[in-house]
Amino acid sequence: MNIYGDWGNALVLAQRLRWHGYTPELLEYNVGDEFPADVDLIVGGGGQDSGQLVIQDDLLSRESVLRGLAEDGMPMLVICGLYQLFGKFFKTRTGSVIPGIGILDVETHGTDERLIGNVSVSTTEFGTVLGYENHSGQTTLGPGVTPLGTTAKGTGNNSSDGQEGARYRNIVASYLHGSLLPKNPALADFLIRTAVERKYGSFSPGTPDDSYAVHAREHAARRPR
Amino acid sequence: MFYFSVPLGKFVRRVSRLRGGGSALPGLVVEKIDPGFMRRTLSTLPHGVAVVSGTNGKTTTTKMVVELLESQGLKVFTNRTGSNFTRGVAAALLGEVDWRGRLDADVAVLELDEAHAVHFVNQVPPRYCLLLNVLRDQLDRFGEIDKTAQLLQHIASKTTGTVVLNREDPRVARIADTLSTETASGPEVLYFGLDDSLLSTFPNDDEMRAAPGSPVPPAPAKPHADVVLRRVGAADADFEYDGVTATTAMKLRGVYNIFNAAAALTLARAIAVRGTGQGQAALADNEGLLKALANVAPAFGRGESLVVDGLPLDLVLVKNPSGFRLGLKSFPAAGYATMIAINDNYADGRDMSWLWDVEFDTLREGGVDQLSGSRAYDMALRLQYDDVAIGAVNTEIAPALAAFISGARDKPKRIFCTYTAMLAIRRELSKITTVEVVS
Repeated sequence: MNIYGDWGNALVLAQRLRWHGYTPELLEYNVGDEFPADVDLIVGGGGQDSGQLVIQDDLLSRESVLRGLAEDGMPMLVICGLYQLFGKFFKTRTGSVIPGIGILDVETHGTDERLIGNVSVSTTEFGTVLGYENHSGQTTLGPGVTPLGTTAKGTGNNSSDGQEGARYRNIVASYLHGSLLPKNPALADFLIRTAVERKYGSFSPGTPDDSYAVHAREHAARRPR
Repeated sequence: MFYFSVPLGKFVRRVSRLRGGGSALPGLVVEKIDPGFMRRTLSTLPHGVAVVSGTNGKTTTTKMVVELLESQGLKVFTNRTGSNFTRGVAAALLGEVDWRGRLDADVAVLELDEAHAVHFVNQVPPRYCLLLNVLRDQLDRFGEIDKTAQLLQHIASKTTGTVVLNREDPRVARIADTLSTETASGPEVLYFGLDDSLLSTFPNDDEMRAAPGSPVPPAPAKPHADVVLRRVGAADADFEYDGVTATTAMKLRGVYNIFNAAAALTLARAIAVRGTGQGQAALADNEGLLKALANVAPAFGRGESLVVDGLPLDLVLVKNPSGFRLGLKSFPAAGYATMIAINDNYADGRDMSWLWDVEFDTLREGGVDQLSGSRAYDMALRLQYDDVAIGAVNTEIAPALAAFISGARDKPKRIFCTYTAMLAIRRELSKITTVEVVS
């Protein structure tokens, strides 16, 4: 599922790895593909409700592999639709239940309300995180996860508790498109550092020029909802 | 019968024009005091009403249909200002009707925004509709593109005569199924289509990163298309209809504009050739239609070519990933100075995700001279990740445009811009060159 600019997250990870002096290999996984054996970092995007239906069986068949990798500390970024399906279930507005793989202790309920607009999130790990949300599912967190942060602008997980996203081990889950990583290099570098350390034991960062990202963040933060 | 609402509406229109106001207020007034005004006025037209909708290309396609029909001697009413809301149609009607509310026209061809078209067709069922495409555009309004497709389906369901569909857009083509199953005596369905050799130039959002099994709606078996675009040349194109392939010169540029010409031809043929019941003679001659098509100039900002310092300056409107990819493909960068202006106002869409679904490697060789608009730095960031060199960034459009023009005096220029950025650029350009004025 990648109809919503989430491909930018993969692009940013690959390019920043180069800027840090590493050579990335970017693999695409589609429904029915063989799951790659030597993967170091997983990125997943959002999709339409119809797209979630298309991938759900394949995703469920990968549950044990993904759970093992997650528990072992592999960094993963899951956005919107895949965030929902990494949780326990997505109960649609009409009452039908799309089962998730339950790696994240979250559940999502479909609503008639669509949450759309620019978002600003205060986080302790990554500073202010900026992006754009567009979802009708509302997610609530269980005790097994912590939120990524609290919203300063926008709605986030649901329209009641002001929380956005979820954190569990090295998984970052979020509703933010935008794409998430280009304007939030601190988050991108967390995923990269974790992946490289896990593979090689240490990480020696390069010096990417983030001046455009800094300006883009300043302008994004000033734009209306 | 005399309706008081008409002179009152015309009065409001005059006053609001004197005050330099927009077109919405008189439309609002007449809608409030006389809700039947639009239906009553438009129902008198001998060829009825044709609605053009879809996410992209409405303005240029509507302009083409109007000019094609006028070439056949028809008097056409249209909402020429691009005010594609119901209220804008009412306002445009007020400008055209006489004081007794009579409209001197044979047919109305109306460009309608997807969401507003739904309200319009509930009030005025059209005889024809032309549904162009469902591209990933304005998701900040509609949420998902499946939702946008539902809006177009509703327009088709209210159409009484002929529904013209894009055979190559699966979400649009599938609307035909909903028509045949829901109504026994449903409208006639016609398609416009593309030659297989041109399909690859129209990447859709679903296919962009999809491998087999990814969530792509299954394409139905290809039905016969009334008009097929077979070939696009530098300044001409081949269209096939009635079993013959005809070559015609084209002033329009960009493959997507020329594909929309196939759409316009299909609708014009439906109205002027097929839609001649009740004793009317067939009006259209295909040769005349093609001749008219060859003379259609682009609508403002849509592949419009202006002249600055004696050299061309092209304005290319971009508002979603497919459109931007096509724009980059249709207008090669070599030899041109390039500027990109990205705004995120309501009319542009507030969401910037889409820039990440466009590949900019074709700009790598020459770089981009100037970036502007409220989201200039989002664009800069995007280009940085594609290794495209950037000259200067200035979020203010007027100084950025001036710097762009003075920095590339000896080169033809091209500006890719979102809708409101395009309006600002045209405003600035009109101070130094002749820019077509659309009243």
